[in-house]
Amino acid sequence: MVLGALGKIYRDGETIIRQGETGQSMYVIQSGKVEVSQSSEVGEQHLAFLESGDFFGEMAVFEKIVRSATVRSVGESRVLKVDNKTLLRRVREDPLLAVNLLKTMSHRIRHLNEEISRHRDTHL
Amino acid sequence: MQFSHQPSVADSLSTISGNEETDFALQDGSRVAVVGGGPAGSFFSYFLLKIADAVNLDLNVDIYEPRPFSRCGPGGCNHCGGIVSESLVQILAAEGINLPRDVVRRGIESYVVHMDVGDVSIASPAGEQRIAALYRGNGPREGGKAQLASFDGYLQGMAVELGANVVRKLITGVEWDNGMPLLQMADGRVSGYDLVTVASGVNSNFIRLLDDLPDVFEPPRTTRGYICEFRLGEQKMLEVLGKSVHVFLLSIPRFEFAAIIPKGEFATVVMVGDNLDEELVHSFLRNPVVQRCFPTDAASCVCSCSPLINLGARKRPYGDRIVMVGDSGVTRLYKDGIGASYRTAKAAATTAIFQGVSRKAFEKHFWPACKSIENDNSIGKIMFATNAVFKHSRITRRAMLRMARQEQSRPGATPHMSSLLWNMFTGSAPYTEMFRDTFKPGFIARLLVNLGAALWPERNNVKEA
Repeated sequence: MVLGALGKIYRDGETIIRQGETGQSMYVIQSGKVEVSQSSEVGEQHLAFLESGDFFGEMAVFEKIVRSATVRSVGESRVLKVDNKTLLRRVREDPLLAVNLLKTMSHRIRHLNEEISRHRDTHL
Repeated sequence: MQFSHQPSVADSLSTISGNEETDFALQDGSRVAVVGGGPAGSFFSYFLLKIADAVNLDLNVDIYEPRPFSRCGPGGCNHCGGIVSESLVQILAAEGINLPRDVVRRGIESYVVHMDVGDVSIASPAGEQRIAALYRGNGPREGGKAQLASFDGYLQGMAVELGANVVRKLITGVEWDNGMPLLQMADGRVSGYDLVTVASGVNSNFIRLLDDLPDVFEPPRTTRGYICEFRLGEQKMLEVLGKSVHVFLLSIPRFEFAAIIPKGEFATVVMVGDNLDEELVHSFLRNPVVQRCFPTDAASCVCSCSPLINLGARKRPYGDRIVMVGDSGVTRLYKDGIGASYRTAKAAATTAIFQGVSRKAFEKHFWPACKSIENDNSIGKIMFATNAVFKHSRITRRAMLRMARQEQSRPGATPHMSSLLWNMFTGSAPYTEMFRDTFKPGFIARLLVNLGAALWPERNNVKEA
């Protein structure tokens, strides 16, 4: 038992957020690993593994739409929930806070562009 | 005296033209002194260097902190209850600052409110551990084998990683030469800086030196708190206190507020009140309600202190080339002092990089962050005054207890009283927001019903102690 840890423990395979559900929070991984996957007509596709220090669910902070992916714990993980209200209250006073989130989102867009490019090359 | 950068042609022109924007702008090689290496000083240094890096600015930052936070007891301590609030834990995580396991002594999942009429446990609304109980230094005296890591040391390490230089010297004087601040050290050395950031709290001697400055830096009002560390052993402490902070609303003369915070094998007892003295401390610790929760006779007090607590804002926590962050300037009333350090430190760092270090720049861009805390504290005073009225009447205590217990026992019930008590004790929400919530018709209606019910205790199911 880790008494000095923050967040909530998720067991192996436990769903942290589910695609299609509405969300009011983003999540920051304190320890362990999670898998991000997306369901479509062709079935469930693995998108990424995220580890300690990474965050997910941040789209809910900027857009009021349903979760675009499902995130499950891989092994035991500890994840901290960050409420939209707390975050946006602070961003109002300190817009620079959003830069940290934008950096990660920018990194993900770059990664997605690379994936699309790779996908296109293999199909040409 | 030597300053780091040679004046460029642009510098010379700006001096001639007297352009404040360029005269007071930080430039490559500018020297920044941070007096005090606690959270306010480390947050300031960390954000200053981080933002400077983002805009390709090369700064020299010296953090003056004579204490090594790796030392146990008063020598490495910053005399504080040691709670990082729910809101700050979340904001820091969004900043990319995740508190490590060896720094957090216990993740808190609930607050237990103790009154003579009974107790109620209020669970974290998020259902998870989002409040950190920790030690600012390396734990209490006799805590050498406890494998603690210091929160202040961790933050300071982050600033050092970004390039800050920690100077283990005591500042003994400050004066101005041609508009530039000079710091005097105990060994007789004098060093000049482009900006001095005061982050030495209200308990240091340095803060008193500012009283002698020609400018007006009227100090904040303070009171004394009492902090005592009890040792009971990890397992026993977990059995007695669990993962909860225990707070007490007792009708003892002159008593304001007290909390017992579990931290591994230790527990921190924090008391706040006017004219706090030994007699009041003893009458609290001997109170049957306290003994029922935490039998202090069975635990040994291994460390105690009576630090000053900031109760208000410094009249003007800034000037040309000087800014005061954290407790030295403005902090939140009774709660979330570390959160206020983060907010004021980041506001000062952002101002210094983007708007310069003039009095006008700090007034326009840093002071609003302080003013926002100060305005919220005004509402906080009303909240604490109302709480004092409720605390001193048995009927209102019964009503609060009954209402909170009902909310906690019914899943899905709107947590009117629970939210209020949670936010009041954890400091998770601004006082203004709590105050606004007390005007909700649902809150008023439920409170009136419970006040009525509290007049006839025998008809109710509230189990009293």
